[in-house]
Amino acid sequence: MNLQYVIRRTGVFILVVVLAVTVNFMIPRLIPGDPIEEKLSQLTATSSGNLVTGIEEMAAAYRTQFGLDRPLVEQYVNYWRDILRLDFGYSLSNYPETVSNSISAALPWTVFLVGTSTLISFVIGSLLGGLLAWPRIPRVLRGLIPVLMVISAVPYFLLGIILIYLFVIVNRIFPAGGAYTFGSTLHWDLESLGDILHHAFLPGMSIVVAGIGAWALNMRGMMISVLGEDFITLAKAKGLREKRIFLWYGLRNGLLPQLTTLALTLGYVVSGSILVEVIFSYPGIGYKLYQAIQTKDFFVVQGIVLVLIVSIGFALYVLDLVYPLIDPRIQYDVR
Amino acid sequence: MATAQALTQPVTETRPRRRRINWLLVSGLIIMLALILFGVGGGMIIDKSYAQVGAFLPRMAPDAERLLGTDSQGRDVLSVLILSTPNTLLIGLIAGTVGVGVGVVLGLLSGFFGGIIDGVIRTVTDVFVTIPGIALLVVIATNVRSINVAIMALIVASLAWRFPARAIRAQTLSLRERGYVQIARLNGVGGLELVIKEVLPNLLPYIAASFVSTVSQSILATIGLEALGLGPQNEYTLGMMIYWAQFYGAILRGFWWWWMPPIVIIVLIFVGLLLTSSGLDDLVNTRLRRSV
Repeated sequence: MNLQYVIRRTGVFILVVVLAVTVNFMIPRLIPGDPIEEKLSQLTATSSGNLVTGIEEMAAAYRTQFGLDRPLVEQYVNYWRDILRLDFGYSLSNYPETVSNSISAALPWTVFLVGTSTLISFVIGSLLGGLLAWPRIPRVLRGLIPVLMVISAVPYFLLGIILIYLFVIVNRIFPAGGAYTFGSTLHWDLESLGDILHHAFLPGMSIVVAGIGAWALNMRGMMISVLGEDFITLAKAKGLREKRIFLWYGLRNGLLPQLTTLALTLGYVVSGSILVEVIFSYPGIGYKLYQAIQTKDFFVVQGIVLVLIVSIGFALYVLDLVYPLIDPRIQYDVR
Repeated sequence: MATAQALTQPVTETRPRRRRINWLLVSGLIIMLALILFGVGGGMIIDKSYAQVGAFLPRMAPDAERLLGTDSQGRDVLSVLILSTPNTLLIGLIAGTVGVGVGVVLGLLSGFFGGIIDGVIRTVTDVFVTIPGIALLVVIATNVRSINVAIMALIVASLAWRFPARAIRAQTLSLRERGYVQIARLNGVGGLELVIKEVLPNLLPYIAASFVSTVSQSILATIGLEALGLGPQNEYTLGMMIYWAQFYGAILRGFWWWWMPPIVIIVLIFVGLLLTSSGLDDLVNTRLRRSV
């Protein structure tokens, strides 16, 4: 593999991490206003005016304790040290829970929900898109194209709202939210699994259905150009069966570039899923982020943002490195 | 021109080319126009005080008088909807303009001049493209104290330049090697003059296409941020309508008139923009023949 490509791509990944950490560090310090004083006056305002004096001194004490009175460079170095130890501080609204604990409790739910439904959406969408490019399909199926276009234009979470209305309010088939029945304890058995799947179905469906349109349209475009290639004509001339041409000559070649699209849209998928979790109160990263924003729990917000950026950055990095191995046609670093 | 084109056509193509109406573009533009009319025109007709807190009884179901009922604070939903639509469109428009403006400058510099400039701009773009937009925007928005429509637009614009920069760079790279650019260069036109006079005008169709999709992305990002509660608190936007509906549990309480209207408008915006950008795409890539 081209060494220069690997080095460059690694450099970009490191820069992504540096940028994420730096932004998290700099932005709260760049914007005027003091969050500590703000939080303190908020607290005193809610504690029925018992403690109104001494905010200045308290704020100063906290600043010393958190090291916020040190020079900026020193703070930055300390920040990096904490991040590398995966120490993101404490949750302000659920003290003394640490941000790391809070995130690692939520992460598996997101990986399960978003991972599974993205995969399903990718497979169904790609197959459908491939079929839609095939000249021999019934006319009725062609009518799907405008429908897919409209669906691909609908943001994930809006579809989620509509699904809740249809299948929770109008027909009481699915639970309204959460990842499992409230108050139940989870075990490694079929009953728990069924409960989890029952709860994951609607949020999963919003991601699957909203995603299918884009995958299908993209795949259709890819297939149309593949079907125009000479090797397809040759395959036909050889008298190969339609099905074989479609699956092994068409679909397989169209699918590879589709993987690049998967990499490029991963960020969108995750952003979309964050809001799906909010709508369904699904206890993953997205819902946690929403709660943290509501309660002004800045450390949790920053921790989640950092985890999101670094994990997506890493996934893309791996995909970019693996992709040339899967598809030998790719040229390194061509744009 | 037509005959010259006919001569260069491959012999196998027997069907005469007729000028097709670009239905995608036309229908996309009609939808966008209707939305602007709804928002701006409607805004002139309605009584703005209907959209104020406590204008009516809260949680009234739609009837002949209040077509879309009232929300939890007694605001007329239809009036709020009419006032929200232009604000959301405006955020997309500002963010799209700033984003494409910055993107075009970066893309041109990077694609045309190459060398160190290209190296730096390309790396920065690569880094930012990798980042999930909403994550970075959330950090910015949580730290900005008071958000209004203009600030919202600038927050979203801060990441809107990434994809235009990439697209324009790629196009500039290919334009740079075209014959007429080479000839202009041989004639002693150089540097910025060459870029502005020869390259930029030929990029216009691509800029237009990239503008439409950037506006669409920006609106998507805005609505996402707003639905998380990070939008303008004192101004009407479609995303904030969704946020308040979600906040007051409208979905589970069956108050469909709180969330259905903004969803319909949002879907119309995205479909309109998608049709417009596909239409522009067809216009730009004349080689791309639709097979259906």
